Amino acid sequence: MDLYRKTIWQLRELLDRGEIKPEEVLDSVLRRIEEVNGKINGYITVLEDYAKNQIEKGLPEGPLSGVPIAVKDNICIKDQLTTCASKILYNFRPPYNADVTERLLNAGAVICGKTNLDEFAMGSSTENSYFGPTRNPWNVECAPGGSSGGSAAVVSADACIAALGSDTGGSIRQPASFCGMVGMKPTYGAVSRYGLVAFASSLDQIGPMTKDVRDCAMLLNVISGYDRRDSTSLKFDRPDYTKALTGEIKGIRVGIPSEYFGEGLNQEVADAVKKGIEYLSSSGAEIIDISLPHTDYAVSCYYILATAEASSNLARYDGVKYGYRTEKSSNLIDMYFKTRGEGFGAEVKRRIMLGTYALSSGYYDAYYAKAQKVRTLIKEDFDKAFEKVDVIVTPTSPTTAFKIGEKADDPLQMYLSDIFTISVNLGGLPAISIPCGFDSKSLPIGFQIISKHFDESTLLRCAYFLEEKFAVKDKKPPL
Amino acid sequence: MNYEAVIGLEVHAQLLTKSKIFCSCSTQFGSEPNTQTCPVCLGMPGVLPVANREVINMAIKTSLALNCKINNYGRFARKNYFYPDLPKNYQISQYEEPLSEHGYLEIDVNGKRKKIGIVRIHIEEDAGKNIHENVVDGSYVDLNRTGVPLMEIVSEPDINTPEEARAYLTQLKNILLYLEVCDCNMEEGSLRCDANISVRPVGQKEFGTKTEIKNMNSFSNLQKALEYEIERQVDILQDGGRIVQETRLWDPSSGTTASMRSKEEAHDYRYFPCPDLVPVVVDEEWIENIKKTLPELPDEKKQRFVSQYGIPEYDAGVITASKALADYYEKVAAIYNDAKKVSNWVMGELLRLLKEDEKEISDILITPENFASLLQLIDKGTISGKIAKTVFEEMYKNGKTPDEIVEEKGLEQVSDEGEIAGIIDRVLAENTKQVEQYLGGKEKVAGFFVGQVMKATSGKANPGLVNKILKEKLEAMKNK
Ligand SMILES: [Zn+2]
Repeated sequence: MDLYRKTIWQLRELLDRGEIKPEEVLDSVLRRIEEVNGKINGYITVLEDYAKNQIEKGLPEGPLSGVPIAVKDNICIKDQLTTCASKILYNFRPPYNADVTERLLNAGAVICGKTNLDEFAMGSSTENSYFGPTRNPWNVECAPGGSSGGSAAVVSADACIAALGSDTGGSIRQPASFCGMVGMKPTYGAVSRYGLVAFASSLDQIGPMTKDVRDCAMLLNVISGYDRRDSTSLKFDRPDYTKALTGEIKGIRVGIPSEYFGEGLNQEVADAVKKGIEYLSSSGAEIIDISLPHTDYAVSCYYILATAEASSNLARYDGVKYGYRTEKSSNLIDMYFKTRGEGFGAEVKRRIMLGTYALSSGYYDAYYAKAQKVRTLIKEDFDKAFEKVDVIVTPTSPTTAFKIGEKADDPLQMYLSDIFTISVNLGGLPAISIPCGFDSKSLPIGFQIISKHFDESTLLRCAYFLEEKFAVKDKKPPL
Repeated sequence: MNYEAVIGLEVHAQLLTKSKIFCSCSTQFGSEPNTQTCPVCLGMPGVLPVANREVINMAIKTSLALNCKINNYGRFARKNYFYPDLPKNYQISQYEEPLSEHGYLEIDVNGKRKKIGIVRIHIEEDAGKNIHENVVDGSYVDLNRTGVPLMEIVSEPDINTPEEARAYLTQLKNILLYLEVCDCNMEEGSLRCDANISVRPVGQKEFGTKTEIKNMNSFSNLQKALEYEIERQVDILQDGGRIVQETRLWDPSSGTTASMRSKEEAHDYRYFPCPDLVPVVVDEEWIENIKKTLPELPDEKKQRFVSQYGIPEYDAGVITASKALADYYEKVAAIYNDAKKVSNWVMGELLRLLKEDEKEISDILITPENFASLLQLIDKGTISGKIAKTVFEEMYKNGKTPDEIVEEKGLEQVSDEGEIAGIIDRVLAENTKQVEQYLGGKEKVAGFFVGQVMKATSGKANPGLVNKILKEKLEAMKNK
């Protein structure tokens, strides 16, 4: 029995009936990791001893009891390496757990590894990692997307049952789309950021990356909820998200934003997404044309705000207290310069410089303050749209997976691959990407659904319905 | 040409919360390095600050006492700069949206009352401390103090003399102590003061170029530093020079200020709203609830003392300058009904002894009850006023009751007329030369006899009786 192929809910049934044991599941997954990780480089650290130890100590009863889960390597696990794929944190072991880590452990999950990412979650291809790029299981010449490319690749390659990623501008949804699996960015404030190493605090959100929509709902049940250690965490009534998976979508009002279906959108992607809209329409959903007029400004707005916050968030990596410190330095300033110069990769440096510039006196009003205003306009676009519709559907990414190295020298082109996902982070909204088909090169295409704040249930309802219609989830990458 | 100074003070007060501003670590002073830290105040990757409500309560309390307008919407900002004792390399502070603004505080200088405006009050986190002494292989960092809550109170440039600056800081300290929001210990750094200072010809409206002075860690240092800096600036201007805008450090040992950094080296702090913290929304209800907890403030208390106890304004001012002293005074006055006599003793003996020992009223061993019963012993004639001072000192040292001390030391006043008369006879007999002088018309000599009698009785003779009997005897000799 290839247990590693299973979903959370399938394992749940087998485990609950006593047909299999957690050790067997873990063994199966560990063997699979050994088999494929050399090809995809999805893990930075495989937590074999940690996971075995968890099982030996006895797992708590819970919805994930006995299920191996991987987490992105910018999420803290007490005493385990948390590198953010950066040289500057290559040896960092936090003395604390992230809130989501605690929730996973309390739910009985077996944490089996830390996955690769673009350094400090900055990137759209998982090429910017100190530990080397991750490869797309559907075509190892291609990038898995980013920055949660490691999590996407290992879930897609069945090298874990499910994973957590983090999404600042599309970092869960775009790689989910490239790797043909399900990835969700919850409402900002629904999942605690405590213990997630910050990239851009006002945009970052942890979310589930799973093999199907049911697993996504199950994982969201575990990781979401109020945390007093995160002041942006919100108190809300958390429903059982699996209850939303009814297959029924009659009467749901679906908005199609004209701005997302224009120039630059790959034709095969457009066709696949349009097929999804037809499924919705023919099953009783109401299709409504809407407009999100400030979409054009989203990418520039995002890159100002995100880099500004990042420049400040990453200031703490200075070699004084932990992490990498330069070998030789002549004085304090020299130590700062060399530590940061040697410790950070090119993309991170580029963003720190952009952000520092955007915040500097004389440019603050022209860039940072203006971007804040644009952010408000983008939020208002969504508010207006959601007066008329329950969900908005779009492609997740304008293209399917690109070749590794293809956009590495053209950051602007790279930034545009998040063009459909970024506005959602600026608005703090929940959104999901599910696979909706394949292009002529057999690379997966992603379908994005966006809903109102804290309306993850409607989101999952639509996603579940479409997943059944698209019927591509059982197709496996050729590894 | 005559010059006048224009001074604005920035005061940092450490708030007396039990825990730090963004985590639950203790704020206690003087612990072993890095024993009062956690991932949050160490600024470790992934951890997040959560604002301590008590910090905001205390800052609101202060804002109300300083007549400030409280902003309903306050935001924390990040002030970015690299420094080894600043773990995140930014400080969480308030910038464009401080907690409160536009207040004032009143001072008395040379009998004149003056209003000093408050520009703003904001809250922020403290940094840690770099340790360079007794370290062999570099420098160490102690982060116990990082995240300790500070309140910054910025005055308008309404202060014109070093005396006014001192009065302002004294009055501010007094108010903070009354509010119990800061222990105002300048040596331990829980109250710190920087000054912006410029001079201009009297009558000129525009401000001169200012300098900022740091490191004045006592009231007298503040005054001396300002005096020095005013003179320095005036000298430069009189010699036709120009003042350089810069930060200067006060050096108490040399009594001078020296340049620390000039404006050209000033930082660009790249302030922006801290995305980890939600805005502080202070509604009317919150403010009203804190208003209810406001104690009587120094000025109010002083006026009440004048009207309730009938003591002079001067006395009331001295006694209410410290809340603890005022509380003590009131306890004594509640038992002993001559409030003026109490204030005389408090201002005279008590403050003298405390000052000599450099002690606080909180250290005192004399209970209000014992204080009152000492005064009653004088009234009853059990001891003289002079002996009472000796008894008071004894009470101050060991906390015993006055009765115990009087008995132990046999200090009870001699009021036996026969005994006193006998001693006087002896004194007169032993000092015939002085008796002759007296009889010859030099009546001042009487004081000498009194002194001798007192000496003979170790001061215990009832002075009224001594005077009366002596006079009788001397008159009798005269008429003989
Ligand atoms: Zn702490």
